[in-house]
Amino acid sequence: MARHIVARTTEIPDGRNKVVEIDGRDIVVFHVNGAFFALLNRCPHEGAPLDKAACVARLTSPEPGVYQRSRVGELLRCPWHGWEFDMRNGQSWFDPKRVKVRSYPVAVESGEELAKGPYVAETFPVHVEDSYVIVEA
Amino acid sequence: MPVTRIDCDIHPAVGGTRTTLLPYLDDHWKEQVVSRAIDGLDLNSYPPTMPLSGRPDWRPDSGKPGSDLGMVQRGAFEQLGASHAICNVLYGAQAVYDPYMASAFCKAINDWMAAEWLSRDSRLRASIVVPLQAPELAVEEIERRAGDPRFVSILVLAQGEMLLGRRHYWPVLKAAEKHRLPLAIHAGSAYRFAPSSIGWPSHRYEYYFVEAQAFQAQLLSLIYEGAFGKFPGLKVVLMESGVSWLPAFMWRANKTWRGVRVEVPWVEREPAAIIRDHVRVTMQPFDAPDDATSVEDIIDQIGSDKMFLFASDYPHWQFDGDDPIPPHLPAHIVDKMCAENPLETFPRLKLAA
Repeated sequence: MARHIVARTTEIPDGRNKVVEIDGRDIVVFHVNGAFFALLNRCPHEGAPLDKAACVARLTSPEPGVYQRSRVGELLRCPWHGWEFDMRNGQSWFDPKRVKVRSYPVAVESGEELAKGPYVAETFPVHVEDSYVIVEA
Repeated sequence: MPVTRIDCDIHPAVGGTRTTLLPYLDDHWKEQVVSRAIDGLDLNSYPPTMPLSGRPDWRPDSGKPGSDLGMVQRGAFEQLGASHAICNVLYGAQAVYDPYMASAFCKAINDWMAAEWLSRDSRLRASIVVPLQAPELAVEEIERRAGDPRFVSILVLAQGEMLLGRRHYWPVLKAAEKHRLPLAIHAGSAYRFAPSSIGWPSHRYEYYFVEAQAFQAQLLSLIYEGAFGKFPGLKVVLMESGVSWLPAFMWRANKTWRGVRVEVPWVEREPAAIIRDHVRVTMQPFDAPDDATSVEDIIDQIGSDKMFLFASDYPHWQFDGDDPIPPHLPAHIVDKMCAENPLETFPRLKLAA
């Protein structure tokens, strides 16, 4: 595992995502509710690209006809078959222990801190005045 | 001590409305059935003369199969080896359009059942016949019977006026849960709709075959409408539904739920898990291939040994000979389906009368 600088924070507005390639893997970085999350960009079911997933609320219900929404935008609904995954840990809604998307730790750090290294950031000129999204993968 | 073997599905027959039920009708309905000559109200699903409706050796010299208590006793108990049996009366009271007529006739059937069957043989139990045409009247009838522990379930037809999970029927489901009466969904149609969802089949065989689709629709409705979450004590028994279609249905229900459960967020578990907890099936007919490996596979795929209930479907002609138990069932399933499972499914059924 190495730490990779994958984007300037301003590149991924809240509610959007960015797909990056790290060591041959497509990883999608989401920005939602002020936080960044990184997941393998591949549904464990049949491989759909999760950057195309709908970002929806976590939906539960105490009884028929009552809809409780929480963590709006933090659940992914796969574009192919509708399976839901929790952005924070990659767990599926229907079988969280056994069916999950690989997730990766994400950090946001300032250019000033990053200047101290070491990072894998061949493609990224780092400026002290910006902040950056770091994925550990 | 005789072996306990509870037959969960036998069919006593109402001879006629103007004959059998007359003493149990109030004065208004007595006058109506006599003056309007309302008598044979048999369901189109089970015309008494149709071979399926009565095995040749279970047909009385006169009258309908299942109409003679002595003959039913000899068949269900002596010949087929049951120690107890649950009577499910299939009659047109469940299908007529007039809800008040339905209510009067259902009440009469239940009174007749209590007086002329249950009181004459302590081995018999019965399902409550209800006028589902009007749910509040059905609840009234359930409440009226609830004090009599010989009534152990509520009988409804697989093909009625509306899917059974709809809120329209929740008062009935609530009463079922309250009185620990499983909802027994039996093959049969009130003929409000074509038996197949694509319309009317040309042949009797097709109608009987597509009954399984109605059972599937009912099961899905009860699950997706959230009936088992709303009424966690509710049990449903599929009667004469066939059994071997269940594995494919369970897989498909699970698969679909994974993708579309946001439509029904109150369904918090896989449908197959809900089915294993809340749904039971009678084992005539079973509809399995005639080899032990296939039978074992089907049982394993259903994934619960609690779901299976011994039943003969007497006097319906599902099998020949004296043994209602489908061939090749694993011994542990046979053990459980005869006593333990029925007692768990019908909690009001106490062996000592």
